[in-house]
Amino acid sequence: MLKESIKMALENIISNKMRSFLTMLGIIIGVASIIALITIVSGATATVTNQVSSMGANKVTVQIQGTPLKKGLTQGALESLAKIPNISGISPTISGKTTVASNGISMEDIALQGKNDVYFKNTTDVISSGRTINPIDIENQSRVSLIGSDIVKKLFYGKNPIGQEIKIGGISYTVIGVLQESSRFSSAGQNSAVMIPYTTAMGIVGAKYINNLDIFVQDEAMASTTTQQIEGVLKQDFNGNTDAYSVMNMQSILDTIQSMTSILSMMLGGIASISLVVGGIGIMNMMLVSVTERTSEIGLRKALGAEPIQIQMQFLIESVVLSLMGGIIGFILGVALAWVVCIIIGTTFVLTAGTVILAIGFSAAIGIIFGFAPARKASRLNPIDALRSI
Amino acid sequence: MSEKILEMKELVKTYIMGDEEQVVLRGVNLEINRGDFVSILGPSGSGKTTLMNIIGCLDVPTRGTYHLSGELIRDLPEAALSHIRNREIGFIFQQFQLLPRLTAQKNVELPLIYAGVPEKERQERSASILERVGLAEKMKNRPNQLSGGQQQRVAIARALVTEPTILLADEPTGALDQTTGHQIMALFQELSKEGKTIVMITHDSDVAKNGSRIVRIIDGNLSEGVYNA
Repeated sequence: MLKESIKMALENIISNKMRSFLTMLGIIIGVASIIALITIVSGATATVTNQVSSMGANKVTVQIQGTPLKKGLTQGALESLAKIPNISGISPTISGKTTVASNGISMEDIALQGKNDVYFKNTTDVISSGRTINPIDIENQSRVSLIGSDIVKKLFYGKNPIGQEIKIGGISYTVIGVLQESSRFSSAGQNSAVMIPYTTAMGIVGAKYINNLDIFVQDEAMASTTTQQIEGVLKQDFNGNTDAYSVMNMQSILDTIQSMTSILSMMLGGIASISLVVGGIGIMNMMLVSVTERTSEIGLRKALGAEPIQIQMQFLIESVVLSLMGGIIGFILGVALAWVVCIIIGTTFVLTAGTVILAIGFSAAIGIIFGFAPARKASRLNPIDALRSI
Repeated sequence: MSEKILEMKELVKTYIMGDEEQVVLRGVNLEINRGDFVSILGPSGSGKTTLMNIIGCLDVPTRGTYHLSGELIRDLPEAALSHIRNREIGFIFQQFQLLPRLTAQKNVELPLIYAGVPEKERQERSASILERVGLAEKMKNRPNQLSGGQQQRVAIARALVTEPTILLADEPTGALDQTTGHQIMALFQELSKEGKTIVMITHDSDVAKNGSRIVRIIDGNLSEGVYNA
């Protein structure tokens, strides 16, 4: 019976090609726009999220602006930060500009970064050869350095610089490693930078204070709690002057991005679903016309033994088939559109099972909701009157 | 004495038209035995269409009783009346009432779908019944590819395929020319000889003479004169 009904529905749809297509158009446009919008927005979300989390979702960045009296964090404050639970490590950064020289050649205006072992533990692919700065270097304020690939090319003519001496700000350091050559925008300056232990840097740059910290958390889910605790320590250290520092938590940025895009995609989806409702009204209209046109058919079927529920099912199936066909066509168009847009704007194309279910579910639901009234009307026709209306 | 399959006693049908009650059938008494070929003859407005609707279980009497195959037909739920129609009645209409989108065979299968007969059996039964009415070659044709007489044969096949208790024909020759009408009546005679029970409604006394019994209906009253053909 179900198979017969589907077959009859398809026959009826095909025999009224133009009308069926125009009716489906509403559903096609509605589903296509919903699917395209959701796919594009979720693709863009995935891209942005990936970029942000590649900067480290487990990282809390602290910037110290300082006050006139207290320009940065002291070693003491660093120690009390280290006592906060869920912190796996603190990586302070001392930044400055310096001059490097070796073999009688010098390079000016080179970025100098003082780092510690925690930075290297939490950041992958920092060096291409040699070793990184270890806790002993920090403890001893060792005169060791990691140098960028541009410096290697210029000062060592491409020879292996490891173990060689290099003068940084006039003081001699041993090269222990070469920084990974990078084209990533986030570390574009790395090719012409030098890194030394931060304890050493505090000595030569003359910085007594630390102005930049990366704090790594163990459990990313707890990142916001840990961030609050960090803020508590800083607030105390700066006597309640909250303008003296800023704390940025990657996870909270990610959460903000995700909640913003999900609101955006719901809003856009909501607007697009208005067209779906309009499409549904189109289907209802066509089904009502169909019931009127086929009154004598309904009468005949009833005379031959069709129950009212069977008539109702037949018309309901017809409207569901119609809207499902529209939904499938709309889905294909929407996905194709999203795919093209993703290529053009350069975001990832993400097609989830949820999107497929949404498209199919929505169009089937439209068919049932808007097909119900016409189908019920058909089932309630009196066979005597229906047969007479030839 | 053959088996009585239809019995009407003091059957009255009234319709409410506005404030007035209009009496269409005034105490009809009718008995039909298995194998009868009954012509119900009457002019338009005589109540014969109403009588046909009641015989065909499309309508129910206001008063009186109607038994079909021993079952009392009264104001049952529509689904129940549908089942009775499907099982007991084979309708043949003046305008054939074939579905234009379906082939002759699919049209014949239609009542079997509602009887819940599986597809394979439907195909076999519809094919053999179409062969019986002389349309073995036309099974895959649609109604618009068939002549009026062929279309009425398809309709007859559709009425026969469920093996109903009664073949109920409403002006079966009304839309056909005289020659084709005679052919259809010849087919009715054959079916009658095979033992089929036929009830035929007509306003044409020449057509009515094909029946083994003629029942006249005038102003909602029946009177019977028996003709032995």
